Amino acid sequence: MAIFKDKHYFRVNLEKEPDESLWMRCKACGELVFKRRVRENNNICPHCGEYFFLTAKERIESLIDEGSFEDISQPIMAEDPLSFEDSKPYIQRIEEAQEATGLASAIIIASAAIAETPVVIGVMDFRFIGGSMGSVMGEQICHGMEEAIARRVPFILISSSGGARIQEGIFSLLQMAKTTAVRAKLAEEHLPFISVMTYPTSGGVEASIASLGDVIIAEKGAMIGFAGRRVIQNTIAEELPKNYQTDSFALEHGFIDRVVKRENLRGELETVLGFFVEGE
Amino acid sequence: MSDERTLDLLETKILELRELNKVDEIDLTTEIERLEKKLASMRKDLYANLSDWERVKLARHPKRPYALDYIGEIFSDFYELHGDRLCGDDRALLAGLAKLDGQSIIIIAQQKGRSTQENKERYFGMTRPQGYRKAQRVMALAERFSFPVITLIDTPGAYPGLESEEANIGGAVAQNLLAMAELCVPTIAVVIGEGGSGGALAIGVADRILMLENSIYSVISPEGAAAILWKEKERVKEAAAALNLTAPHLLDLGVIDEVIPEPLGGAHKDLPQTASALKERLIHHLTTLCAEPVKALLATRYQRYRSVGRYRTLDG
Repeated sequence: MAIFKDKHYFRVNLEKEPDESLWMRCKACGELVFKRRVRENNNICPHCGEYFFLTAKERIESLIDEGSFEDISQPIMAEDPLSFEDSKPYIQRIEEAQEATGLASAIIIASAAIAETPVVIGVMDFRFIGGSMGSVMGEQICHGMEEAIARRVPFILISSSGGARIQEGIFSLLQMAKTTAVRAKLAEEHLPFISVMTYPTSGGVEASIASLGDVIIAEKGAMIGFAGRRVIQNTIAEELPKNYQTDSFALEHGFIDRVVKRENLRGELETVLGFFVEGE
Repeated sequence: MSDERTLDLLETKILELRELNKVDEIDLTTEIERLEKKLASMRKDLYANLSDWERVKLARHPKRPYALDYIGEIFSDFYELHGDRLCGDDRALLAGLAKLDGQSIIIIAQQKGRSTQENKERYFGMTRPQGYRKAQRVMALAERFSFPVITLIDTPGAYPGLESEEANIGGAVAQNLLAMAELCVPTIAVVIGEGGSGGALAIGVADRILMLENSIYSVISPEGAAAILWKEKERVKEAAAALNLTAPHLLDLGVIDEVIPEPLGGAHKDLPQTASALKERLIHHLTTLCAEPVKALLATRYQRYRSVGRYRTLDG
């Protein structure tokens, strides 16, 4: 056993992390897990069941029929209407996010099928400036709903967003009104809107489009709320319950219809769609 | 550079001199005139070039007129309606019937408190879910009887507390946005002080958006932006400037319709003057809006919100 107490022996092993392209360490249980196994498992830790972030593309893949994906996003990207600069110019932030994600914006709008039911689906990508909603996301969501109307199919929105994008100021705030206005059209057309809230669905996204689904489903482990824990503790200095703004909190207080495990989400959507869309 | 307190002090001194002038028959007229000129020019210097942060401070000025002050000046027969018909009555958001120039209207207004006790009751003007739900039920009332809706916005934001979250504050805001998008009567929103984020927008999806000259409207407070983006609470001045949150900026950006001028030094320097300027514009816009058929009104409103935003189209 002496050899295991050898400092040198430990140091060498800690510094020499396994090949990062193949392995990752679960932030919850600390286990070293094979990346491919994680991916095949919907980005869920095979050891402890912890959910890792899904990119927008991974999320879409996990939900739709193979080969049914068609990117129908508008060919647009963020402008910098306020010439905003904090610790970094906003334009630079956008470019870095595009570089890092390979996406034009924080959302993808796709035409796809779920168990052979055609849908239009919008999926946010949290890696892109916290999935925040600026002019582009607002426009894409509206475009998605309009495409759903044009195609006479249901609209599904998978939210993963910290809220409105500060760098576009008032324009971001007004996207809440914009998406809501188009949501009203979808209702007039009697087309279903299924809102799926994942980790996190907060701020301006939670306080507008995400909360207006005909059916609202939260993924297990979602964080759902308006003002973040820190904001509340700073301004009100209130003691908050343990499950504050969790999926169970949202269900208990009546904001959402159901909580669904990630691995069951596709099946859940299939079930819900079945009530709105008549099979052949 | 002089500040507001110096000006107030000087103003008081001039008043004292005037009294002295009367009582002791000492002729101070030239002296007084000189000081008055000085005061006027100092005031102009101070207020003509307000920084954005200074405007934020004016919008939050403790003496700034609040919703009830304007309601008293502008409308006759304000008849307050209480409660959301579900669970409570939010004192930070008032609703009621009133007459504007003889026409029955619905008022929805965010109200701050003056005293500590009143602020406690009114949650410092932060609206809770029961406030938004009260707004929604009076909007339904407005629609039933074709009463136009006028909203007065003045809130640091929706109330961010546990009880608020438990009652689904986000959902309540979202429901209001939807209700206002679809409301079949003319709507005018006026930002009279602070337009704090979603909490303000929840009663702001209107056919006309007016702002008093020294009011602000923003996606986040300068304090919030400084803390999140600059990671330094002290950099509020930069944050305020970056956010473009003042009425003149927002008019330039094309997101609001009109700026209502305030007297030099802010609305609190002359409430009747500010209120009468606002009243005149309210009547003007309401007359225009009421002349439109409802269908056209809704189409214009839809177009307005559908098209809001700035983005770049990619080639190819």
